Amino acid sequence: MSSLQVQAPGLQTTVQDLGRRGFGPLGVSPSGAADPISLRLGNRLVGNDEGAAGLEMMLLGGTFVFPEGAIVALMGSDFGATLDDVSLDLGTSAEVRPGQTIRLGPTNSGARCYLCVHGGISVKPFLGSASTDILSGLGGFEGRPLRKGDVVRIESSTEPFHRRTIAPAVSEHLSRRKILRVTAGPQADWFSESSLRSFYASTYRVGEQSNRMGLRLERELELGPEDKLEAATISQRGVSHMITEGVSLGAIQVPTGGSPIILFVEQQTTGGYPKIANVISADLHRVGQLRPRDEIRFEQVTFEAARSLLIEQEKLLSSKELILE
Amino acid sequence: MQTSTTRGVRFEPASDQSLLLYFGEEITLGTHRRVRRLLHLLEREPIADIRNLNPAYCSILISFDALKLDHTELEAILLGYIDRLDAVHLPEGRELQIPTCYGAEFGPDLNDVAALLGMTPAQVIELHASITYLVYFLGFVPGFAYLGELPEALATPRLDSPRLTTPPGSVAIAGNQTGVYPFATPGGWRIIGRTPIAMFRPDRKAMSFLSIGDRVRFIPISAARFAELDKA
Repeated sequence: MSSLQVQAPGLQTTVQDLGRRGFGPLGVSPSGAADPISLRLGNRLVGNDEGAAGLEMMLLGGTFVFPEGAIVALMGSDFGATLDDVSLDLGTSAEVRPGQTIRLGPTNSGARCYLCVHGGISVKPFLGSASTDILSGLGGFEGRPLRKGDVVRIESSTEPFHRRTIAPAVSEHLSRRKILRVTAGPQADWFSESSLRSFYASTYRVGEQSNRMGLRLERELELGPEDKLEAATISQRGVSHMITEGVSLGAIQVPTGGSPIILFVEQQTTGGYPKIANVISADLHRVGQLRPRDEIRFEQVTFEAARSLLIEQEKLLSSKELILE
Repeated sequence: MQTSTTRGVRFEPASDQSLLLYFGEEITLGTHRRVRRLLHLLEREPIADIRNLNPAYCSILISFDALKLDHTELEAILLGYIDRLDAVHLPEGRELQIPTCYGAEFGPDLNDVAALLGMTPAQVIELHASITYLVYFLGFVPGFAYLGELPEALATPRLDSPRLTTPPGSVAIAGNQTGVYPFATPGGWRIIGRTPIAMFRPDRKAMSFLSIGDRVRFIPISAARFAELDKA
């Protein structure tokens, strides 16, 4: 068993895989990589299953020493990585010799960068997944982001080093985009025509308070007097009319104050605010790359279109030509 | 995609990979029983390509693999389950107790709640501990049970601004609900006490202390007893 030593943890570096599904009845959120496409591709570059655990870094990366060496790949956003002071490219596998150091800095592009290692990061699984759930302190490495001095185990690797590189065709799918595509939310008809128009016409700024639980959007949605929502919030005893129900990944809920929140990978499993829209599955990885102060807009598509976009995306991701050997 | 109502249920797509199934628009015991029956049936006879279930008061959110299924296909499969609900025999819920130390540093909102309701803190405690609550479902965070119904006289609005963190074990009320915060999470419910019981422990066989359908009573304890139980 080899390891990596954390010399500097970065802003919030966590162990993530593709999450734990099926534990909603216990109130357990799926968690998992905020940009799962980057994690999947990074794993393929180092010869792992797509769902192996890697390190997710946010906005500012860490410094990691590999006493026994490793085969690694970085995917996602450019955090200005170096391997012993030599620039280390995104989207290509690299061999780390024993004792070498990978150092990452602040992001030059989106919010998250993934460090994948051949063999995968090894932690005790919680409900079948290595993903860290920061809020409840479960899963991952001791249920928390990494700290200086942590020694993280890597599953032993047997494969000799192969250079693998992501084909340029995929860059379209990983590029950051200002417009997120959404489908209508289950309470979309609670909002007036004018509120819906305003929602789709407005540019929102991602708030500083955003995290893996949710992204707070800063321009307030103006609610008209005819919105059922407003009537609901002034109902008897201040108890909202909305009955708590399950919330889906990427749901955009509008609390009483009017500032929308995109519920994200570590979201609460149920909630009591109306949902105006939901980010489509094919765009969820883009949400994971949004930084505070980024500006975004929403564009509505049909459920059929959302499904076609997902099928198309998966076709691209599963194609043999995606990885150049 | 259209909202559809068939055989007493309403379907609403929540996202391109999830579907909300509503048994009604009101919190009733009958609706709760149908939620539990369908959950029970779906856990016993899982549908391939369903990835997750989020039960709540009147609904279940069903997440699925959108590469394999669409909303219409899933609705058709679910209707086959709905037709069989009356025959589902539910296991009896357990009777459980939650020892709770009310007030002071354990329940920082107890005095405010009493003042809001025009009662003494002792009356609030007596009323809160006087009845048996039903676990409608677990949600929000691991092991958080939505318990109801709170006695009408205890109904209070949520805090104007939620706390950024709540001590684990905090016993809180909001609207006609009560619950126990399992972790140090943000929370807008009013905290009236705290229990030394760990509501969710990954190293315990039953990770969650409470399960859907259980019946629960809060038992007032002293600070000294709290300390004893907390050590145990």
